[in-house]
Amino acid sequence: MQEKPASEGSRPGINDDIGEEKRLELYRLQVEIRESEQRAFDLFLQNLVKGTSHLSLGQEAVAAGFAAAMKPGDLSFCTYRGHAHTLARGVPIEKVLGELMQRDNGLMRGKGGSMHLTSAEHGVMGSYAIVGAHLPIACGAALRAQYRGDSDVSVCFFGDGTTNIGAFHEALNFAAVWKLPVIFVCENNLYMEYTPIGEVTAVEHPAGDRASAYGLERIVIDGNDADVVYRAAASAYDKARAGGGPSLIECMTYRHSGHSRADPAKYRPEGELDRWKERDPIELYRERLRQFGIADDAVAAIDADVRRRVDEATERCKAAPSPPLDLLTTDVYADGGFAWRN
Amino acid sequence: MAELTYRDAVARGIAQEMTRDPDVIFFGEDVAKAGGVFKTTVGLYEQFGGKRVRDCPISEQAILGAAMGAAMTGLKPIAEIMFSDFFAVCFDYIANEFAKSRYMSNGQLKCPLVVRTANGAGSRFGAQHSQSVENWAMMIPGLKVVAPSTPRDVIGLLAAAVRDPDPVIFFEHKSLYPMKGEVPDGEIVDRLGTAAIVRGGTDATILALALMVPRALEAAGKLKAEHGIDCEVVDVRSLVPLDTRTILGSVGRTHRLFTVEENPRLCGWGAEIVSIVADEAFYDLDGPPVRITTPHIPLPAADILEDIALPTVDRIVERVRRSMAG
Repeated sequence: MQEKPASEGSRPGINDDIGEEKRLELYRLQVEIRESEQRAFDLFLQNLVKGTSHLSLGQEAVAAGFAAAMKPGDLSFCTYRGHAHTLARGVPIEKVLGELMQRDNGLMRGKGGSMHLTSAEHGVMGSYAIVGAHLPIACGAALRAQYRGDSDVSVCFFGDGTTNIGAFHEALNFAAVWKLPVIFVCENNLYMEYTPIGEVTAVEHPAGDRASAYGLERIVIDGNDADVVYRAAASAYDKARAGGGPSLIECMTYRHSGHSRADPAKYRPEGELDRWKERDPIELYRERLRQFGIADDAVAAIDADVRRRVDEATERCKAAPSPPLDLLTTDVYADGGFAWRN
Repeated sequence: MAELTYRDAVARGIAQEMTRDPDVIFFGEDVAKAGGVFKTTVGLYEQFGGKRVRDCPISEQAILGAAMGAAMTGLKPIAEIMFSDFFAVCFDYIANEFAKSRYMSNGQLKCPLVVRTANGAGSRFGAQHSQSVENWAMMIPGLKVVAPSTPRDVIGLLAAAVRDPDPVIFFEHKSLYPMKGEVPDGEIVDRLGTAAIVRGGTDATILALALMVPRALEAAGKLKAEHGIDCEVVDVRSLVPLDTRTILGSVGRTHRLFTVEENPRLCGWGAEIVSIVADEAFYDLDGPPVRITTPHIPLPAADILEDIALPTVDRIVERVRRSMAG
């Protein structure tokens, strides 16, 4: 969790390794996720978001930090808690909200839903609702990169609960043995779903304390500080691109809401949420921007711009039609249809 | 034309496709340096090198997940699951992941991969290494499912599977590995979704798959010679897509239908076909369709028990004769 010292610059810290432009991007991404997720929650209360949804309120810095350090062509593999990682790759808010609202303007026109957000053109290679499934899949994408000599990195996000399923172990070993350019990012928000991860896990840090089993470095970072996340991500990507193999990074964070929309999170001890809100990643980052001398009006302009875009996206989604009924049977097979016989 | 075993046809089929397309890679457990536990992939590692032919840890989820990730991003992987029974430990990928990703992503993602596996009984391996599980794959929208019965079909259908843009489950029958057959020289490419009439006949249609095809053929020979019943034998070959045209055409000529299935009784592929025939060709039938299957049991290890569990030539003969007499 260490900060690197600022490098030379006219103002203290302003031209450090991250710099003003990247910091504003990190801030904008976090605000965009916060506002979009909060809107998703509000729309759920209005019964406009159907099915389920798993929000990343409070976990914005992880998505922002890892995405901001990516290069175009890098691939993201997300879980059902994937709205944040999808937005962070530049997918339009309208496309995400539209999918949550099961409208024809959604990312997958309503065929996938909240838990399966996918935007191949943005490098979002799917959101996976079976815990652990996407870790081996990310290995496969990385195997392709290694085989072809492509320079992209595959980044796989998952929760603390994932570390106790078999696919986690299989994928980590597989990636380590073959030195694949894949980054495993554990968002440890302290709860697997409703149960504290510590109650069901043999080690304190479910990812970090297991890294040595795969010959990997133990990396546990402050997942609420976007600068820390950004630096850890950049370092892991550089290593992967240089042929140094996978990294496993555990980001300590906290979700402000329940596991899913059905969960009021009453199992949390009194005061825990308040303590974590004192380390709210967005509040923390506003303070960081001030420390680095970034003007308040630049920050306010981002806030206003994001709110306007979320509002506009919401209105477009409300006006969007449901998907056409003939979508029911499309794209089961590559010929576009669902024919299983002649 | 050369005589080749079903076992050697696997390696030839993979080699044919790897030679043609550098995007084809192949991996599984013990498949590279050891040449496979059934020796089906001998020589591929030496021919194509360790970058394209890889030994994996005992991690079936990682194997199928990696095949999916590689396929999604541009390669054409062939993954081996050593025994089809092991599908149960990596079924998430088969049932939930690569079968559904195209649909869930509204066509954004593709998974052109092949999962090869050794299926079926006859080796006295007991209940966890002997099953015929084609129906585990057949029931899942998004998959294609083939099961060749001859060396020539192994090569041709494997080539078709590798070139297919959808995920294909490729069931090899482990008791067919030593069987020999004539195979033409040069490239062989077949078509998925095509059944083959492997013996013409006028009195009854017998549908069979994989190991049950040679048994159905032998039974048909006996039925003709000993009972004067002239059976047409159809090798179904491809369960998805299913060549209902050939099947319904045959039933339309013979007016009787028998299926010979190695799987345990419930929900076998024959049940689906019988329902199609009942629905669409009921009035072509001169008698009830009959399914000849393994009973609804796990498979035993003892040879004497395993032998009577699967449909035998004698059981097929007797069942067809009795039904035709009735």
